[in-house]
Amino acid sequence: MAIIEIRNLAKSFGAVKAVDGVDLDIQAGEFLTLLGPSGSGKTTVLRMIAGFETPDAGSINLNGVDITYLPPYERDVNTVFQDYALFPHMDVISNIEYGLKVKKIGKSERREKAIEALRQVQLAGYENRKPSQLSGGQRQRVALARALVNRPSVLLLDEPLGALDLKLRQQMQIELKELQREVGITFIFVTHDQEEALTMSDRIAVFDKGRIQQLDKPAKIYEMPSNEFVAGFVGISNLISGNVAEKLLGKPGTFIVRPEKIELGAAKKNERNADGVIKEVEYLGPSTRFLVELDAGVTLMVLRQNTSESSIDVEAMRNSRTSLSWDIGSEYQVK
Amino acid sequence: MSVIQQTRRYMHRNIGARISALLALPLFWLVVIYIGSLAALFITSIWKIDTFTSKVVREFTLQNFIDVFSDRAYFNVTIRTLFVAICVTLICAIIAIPMAFFMARIAKPKSRPVLIALVITPLWASYLVKIYAWRTMFYPEKGFINWLIEPLGGSSPGFGMVAVIIGLTYLWLPYMVLPIYAGMEKLPDSVIDASADLGAKSGRTFFDVILPITWPSIIAGSIFTFSLSMGDYITVQILGGTFQMLGNVVYQNFSLNLPFASAVALIPVLIMMVYLTSVRKTGALDNL
Repeated sequence: MAIIEIRNLAKSFGAVKAVDGVDLDIQAGEFLTLLGPSGSGKTTVLRMIAGFETPDAGSINLNGVDITYLPPYERDVNTVFQDYALFPHMDVISNIEYGLKVKKIGKSERREKAIEALRQVQLAGYENRKPSQLSGGQRQRVALARALVNRPSVLLLDEPLGALDLKLRQQMQIELKELQREVGITFIFVTHDQEEALTMSDRIAVFDKGRIQQLDKPAKIYEMPSNEFVAGFVGISNLISGNVAEKLLGKPGTFIVRPEKIELGAAKKNERNADGVIKEVEYLGPSTRFLVELDAGVTLMVLRQNTSESSIDVEAMRNSRTSLSWDIGSEYQVK
Repeated sequence: MSVIQQTRRYMHRNIGARISALLALPLFWLVVIYIGSLAALFITSIWKIDTFTSKVVREFTLQNFIDVFSDRAYFNVTIRTLFVAICVTLICAIIAIPMAFFMARIAKPKSRPVLIALVITPLWASYLVKIYAWRTMFYPEKGFINWLIEPLGGSSPGFGMVAVIIGLTYLWLPYMVLPIYAGMEKLPDSVIDASADLGAKSGRTFFDVILPITWPSIIAGSIFTFSLSMGDYITVQILGGTFQMLGNVVYQNFSLNLPFASAVALIPVLIMMVYLTSVRKTGALDNL
């Protein structure tokens, strides 16, 4: 059963159509990511679910009840903000207890719940710190505990990991996913980071120009992008189209081939073959990225795992001729 | 090597010399003019007076303080002055908080400089002109305020404490609005959203979140309105009728009995010191 049903949602800011007709059903207990570049409308959709923005048209149902025009304080959802939005004048435990206090839950009960929430985000013992005394990652955890302690039907997360450094972000991705399984609450997660979306989500809604371009499981989004935008935004894609498609693949249309699916060097039993010159070599550690200019008139990117010691000399391959090959099954036609 | 060049190089090497050059003028102002006059005030208050000639006699006495603190009348003036200063501060805060909130958070960013300019325009006019304008409005029977209230069955309060409180509130309001505006502007939207998100209605958000976070700015504004009201005597003279505050007592005594006037003048100084010490903890002084 869908916990949230969004129908034909639209919102403009002045002349800009931020959200332009969005339909979205969100299942209870799922981790759904709204992915898109900045200005694509994903945050506006989240803010309309939270109640911070009023839509121009359309409706939002939560648990079968129309909440489109309810104020934020009457909605059974909670938000984790990008800048954490902790109350600077309250200590950690008062921040977490605030939602319960507003709901008039008794002092001892709310203290108990707040301490449990603090333990869940691994910050036991930080009860009496002020937000200003915490690191970015710790503030993020407090913000998470402050929202989760209310046990909302849906938790909204607005780029919550954006301000953290890479290592901490990756660690928080894992913890967030574990926490979601543990509490079983529906998470709606906004991000512009496609890698983050792929690793954490049950489903991803890819946004562009105020519309959902594709709504699917991460693997489907990556392997079978529904259009050029999704193909280009999620992962790196080689696009083959027009004359080149006819010449190389023998059929008209626009096709994508992911860089890791192309083999570099002597043609083996693969169905597609093309010759070209290696223009650029980038050594990335676990893999090497090659830019190969094909004689057919297109430049393709190839990603090769550095499985042998010969990878030490990859730089020497620059400007040498090579041939590329891939399976027909690796080509995917986009609209 | 020229003298100028030599001096420059000396200054470059010697940080003490650079700081002295930087602070010479402000320190002169602070120590000689500012602290110096306070010290003169204090010293004068412990001198005697020749009651026939009204000339100051430079002999130590505590009689002035004994007079001030033993006479019930001066105690009453002090309480009245405090009452007026507190009323002015409270009314200014009650008007300024929603005003500053609107200016900083609801008005479009483009119109904010215009609104700030509007708040400070009254400061461009002379203090006396404004107070005399209020005087004509407060005239019993024929003043503007009487004309306004009469149809409702009331009459102008005339000259007295109410007129003084309204006059002072009008004069000092910008000094309350500006610091609160600065404080409200720094408040992130997300903190207010977060409070609503956690279930708090607007009133609750105001008292639990907005007011405590902007409290230091409100205190900062109150330091202006409170101290300016404590020291005022011209408005009281023009709008107060027979009503008097500490400033008037100082003004009446300073040609006849300067040491006594000094002792009275020290009362608001003391009250301000107590006030500043008590609000220091709120962090308001970091906001000035």
